[in-house]
Amino acid sequence: MNKNKNFLGPSGTIVPPGQFWLLSVLGVALLLGTWTAVAVSGLMPKHFLPTPFGLLNRLVELTNSPFAGFLYHQHMQASITRFFMGWAIAVGVGIPLGLLMGWYRLLDEIVTPLFDAIRFVAPLAWVPLAALWFGTGIGGPLLIIFVGSFAPCLISAYRGARLVDKRFIEAGQTLGASSAQIIRHVLIPGAFPSIIAGLRVSAGLGWQSLVGSELIVVGAGLGYLMVQGQGNLSTETVMAGMIGIGVVGFLIDVALRAAERAVNRRWGVAT
Amino acid sequence: MRKYRQALVTVATLVAVGLTWWAATSGFGLINKLRLPSPQDVWDAAVQICTTGFAGATLWVQAVHSLKLVAKGFLVAVLTGVPIGLLMGWSKHAEALLNPTFLLLRPIPALAWIPLAIVWFGLGDAGKIFTIWLTAFVPSVINTFTGVRQVDPVLIAAARTQGASTGQIIRHVVIPGSMPHIFTGLRLSLQASWTTLVAAELVGAFFGLGRVLNVAGTDIYPGMIIVGMAAVAICGAATTWLLGLVERKVISWRPAV
Repeated sequence: MNKNKNFLGPSGTIVPPGQFWLLSVLGVALLLGTWTAVAVSGLMPKHFLPTPFGLLNRLVELTNSPFAGFLYHQHMQASITRFFMGWAIAVGVGIPLGLLMGWYRLLDEIVTPLFDAIRFVAPLAWVPLAALWFGTGIGGPLLIIFVGSFAPCLISAYRGARLVDKRFIEAGQTLGASSAQIIRHVLIPGAFPSIIAGLRVSAGLGWQSLVGSELIVVGAGLGYLMVQGQGNLSTETVMAGMIGIGVVGFLIDVALRAAERAVNRRWGVAT
Repeated sequence: MRKYRQALVTVATLVAVGLTWWAATSGFGLINKLRLPSPQDVWDAAVQICTTGFAGATLWVQAVHSLKLVAKGFLVAVLTGVPIGLLMGWSKHAEALLNPTFLLLRPIPALAWIPLAIVWFGLGDAGKIFTIWLTAFVPSVINTFTGVRQVDPVLIAAARTQGASTGQIIRHVVIPGSMPHIFTGLRLSLQASWTTLVAAELVGAFFGLGRVLNVAGTDIYPGMIIVGMAAVAICGAATTWLLGLVERKVISWRPAV
């Protein structure tokens, strides 16, 4: 790719890299500046909008003294653990089911209408039922995360399996491979790039569902910290929670993006 | 032939699920009714909320209340997000200035804004519209931005060679060219808007489908929980269908997918 193209918009104006970065820094400075100015000027009360420094102070404070029962990083750890448990179940159920649906037509025909029927139920609408079935401790939130992240796992594995070149499957069959062997050696590697792309989407949705479930039903975690902060009208605490949620979500996405690139190098079809 | 087969399997599956449901709850009482309501319970709950109402109003009023909030937040998001995305896509200067803000905002899920919205706006409608706006705004900007960048530069150059002004190029080349991308983003953010709304109403609200779910949950009224979930699903599906109609109208040149 032409390096210059990166700095040439559709409008045809050429923006030199130096100027581009300068403007980016200016954009962030403008954001923080406006924020600080509004907060300091007293246009908004301090409990409404803390200054960026006030927020940083609060963040450090939260790591030293417990709030809502735990220290900041303990809340974070609780959220991460809960997320990975729910997400693992969604991946463990969704991907095999999607692959099998791509392989066995009858299963596809049975599951698809059921799946379509519940697809439109917003994940957070499962909260009361989840609480009823599994309680508000561990099980309930896990069901919400599962419901939130399940669909992309299933769909990506299904699509991946359906998009595997029929000739590869036929070649395998001609050479006498059993169904299990074809699934193992043709279908799964062929569907891999699609699956990993779906995993990224599902992790994002799962993380979001985790936040939602923590706002409503649990006793620890970043979402719980935020709700408690909200109850105390402590905007700083709420914002500190948002930062933690953003950072962890970002890191999960970065990790899966790296995995996606690695998978595409190894199994991807050149396009 | 294939179509008939699918229809047959669909009907058979739904009948099997319905029968299992009935048998497990009413028929043999295998599952406690407080865990899974019987079809009769759900029907009774549906009749109750449609006639006398539940959690302060009838189903119709609650659903319309939620629909209005989603519509308002979503429309404002589209009207603010798409122009900013167009601007960022068109001009490198605008991208440099604005994009970092969106890169900072993007990793924060919309649901994480709910407590802040409550502190800022209280439990009324304003806070909900604000969070729904945020849910749909950031994806609208980003998808429009990507859409503009994927417009074939040759088309823009061709228009320019033929003497089109910047306004004409944006109006006749850039906007139509980025429409498919914009709508993909809108569809995703519409579904996300419903999730946000339900979450926001579960955290605290006076009206709406999330409120119905919340009261049904605290009252341990499983039949009503199912009715609430079904109502959310139907509203979500209806708005998605409506957006699809708009999409087909707007992008009439693109073959239906």
